[in-house]
Amino acid sequence: MKKSGFSRRNALELIGGGVVTALLAGTFATSAQADAKLLAEAIKKAVGDGAMKEGKITLDLPEIAENGNTVPVGVSVDSPMTDADYVKSVHLFAEKNPAADVASIHFTPASGVAKAALRIRMAGTQNIVAVAEMSDGTLYTAEKLVKVTIGGCGG
Amino acid sequence: MASKPRVRVPKKAKAGDIITIKSLISHKMETGQRKDKKTGEKIPRLIINKFVCKFNGKVVFSSDWHPAVSANPYMAFSYKVVESGEFEFAWTDDAGETVSKKAKLTVS
Amino acid sequence: MKRKALVLAGIGAVALAVPSVMTFAAEDWGKYQVGDTRSGYTFAKTETRAIQDDDFENPGMLWVEHGEELWETVDGEAQKSCKSCHADASDTMKTVGSTYPVVAKDIGKLENVENRINRCRTDNMKAKPWKYDSRNMLGMVSYVKRQSYGQPMNVKIDGDAASWFKKGEEFYNQRRGQLDMACKHCHVDNAGNMIRANTLSQGQGNGFPTYRLKWQKPGSLHRRFRGCNKQVRAKPYKTGSDEYLALELYVMYRGQGLPVETPAVRN
Repeated sequence: MKKSGFSRRNALELIGGGVVTALLAGTFATSAQADAKLLAEAIKKAVGDGAMKEGKITLDLPEIAENGNTVPVGVSVDSPMTDADYVKSVHLFAEKNPAADVASIHFTPASGVAKAALRIRMAGTQNIVAVAEMSDGTLYTAEKLVKVTIGGCGG
Repeated sequence: MASKPRVRVPKKAKAGDIITIKSLISHKMETGQRKDKKTGEKIPRLIINKFVCKFNGKVVFSSDWHPAVSANPYMAFSYKVVESGEFEFAWTDDAGETVSKKAKLTVS
Repeated sequence: MKRKALVLAGIGAVALAVPSVMTFAAEDWGKYQVGDTRSGYTFAKTETRAIQDDDFENPGMLWVEHGEELWETVDGEAQKSCKSCHADASDTMKTVGSTYPVVAKDIGKLENVENRINRCRTDNMKAKPWKYDSRNMLGMVSYVKRQSYGQPMNVKIDGDAASWFKKGEEFYNQRRGQLDMACKHCHVDNAGNMIRANTLSQGQGNGFPTYRLKWQKPGSLHRRFRGCNKQVRAKPYKTGSDEYLALELYVMYRGQGLPVETPAVRN
């Protein structure tokens, strides 16, 4: 069947493979850039382009999602939740979904604690990003990676 | 909207308690991304995009939802008990239709 | 040659799969395990089990509620509701979920809950039959089976049911489709192993209609059978068909002793 040694066919395969790999790498790079851009735009639309600090937010998400259709998420923000100092909103984003916006959660001092839970759709493995907007305008951010897999059979 | 909502609110609580309120409603949350298998056309988006919780007429919690919220949307949140009264929960969809549900709270 | 390669690839992929967890050894699954028989609950992730465990949070319960409303709704020319004849479901439907499908003597064949409901609707209520996985049918079946919630599965496979059971057993072990696989290859030989990123369960039926995260709504056991058959590139049978009725009896018997979990929540 196949001759031993490095044939012309092997050479063509190498070159062809190299071209394909280069093209793919280019495609992935562009697509990652596109995702990052969409995410940045979505965040800017929600909270403006002020500086975002780390901390205060706890994101509760599974490491591996059972199914990308329904991923339980819990979010809580450390805050006294008084009239003078409370969490106004938490905005959730999925960096690689067709659209980055997931939900905006609006608390009031009547909430007692800034804590909420919901179920979201994730199109694939990606970070879920949370941005918390405090009553004084300060912004905090946190993110967590969730693995979303292709099912084996009918899944 | 032929959606069925359900809410879980403790019937009784003490002033100062922080209670957890849970809500669930049946809804497809059609994203607008799916294609009709027969025609190949995109099925138009139709989701619940707003959830509002009022207590004695005042908004205490709300949320804006996008197509990334799962079908049959679930939402749980907290509330600090002050006085007896009535919650009103409202879910509004892209077509502007609203489904609502009420629940009473008695404070001891 | 190509077909054989496909077949070998298919079986090889499953057989070479890495065992996902130390299965039968460590965990005590309580009522969800009877001997070597394990509910799909035990193969699901923690978050998924949590959704099923909470009656409020379980989306399948929205359909149980719908069924409860339908139970009292008059429908059909005879101007009856289910309640007219069957009164309180928690009493009259108590063992349906744990014993069906059963052989109905008056029609001389095996009948599952879906078919029984439609027979009641057409013959007694003079109402239109419901489509198999319609919202109304899923609601009513979920509501009826829910009345047996927690009871151990206890289907009869002797007497009139024996020939149906035998057919179901044959179906279960029969290779089919382009991938030339039988139910047992996944659900007996490889339960607990991974198929791509999913863990194969034993394919039990005690939780149906099941709220599958993939479907984002509940679905019938026969719908699942169709999906499984399509996945091995076999032409599926119709929901409510004799083939699937026989298979249903066999599948329910495989789960004998497991609690009725309707509505279960699975991937």
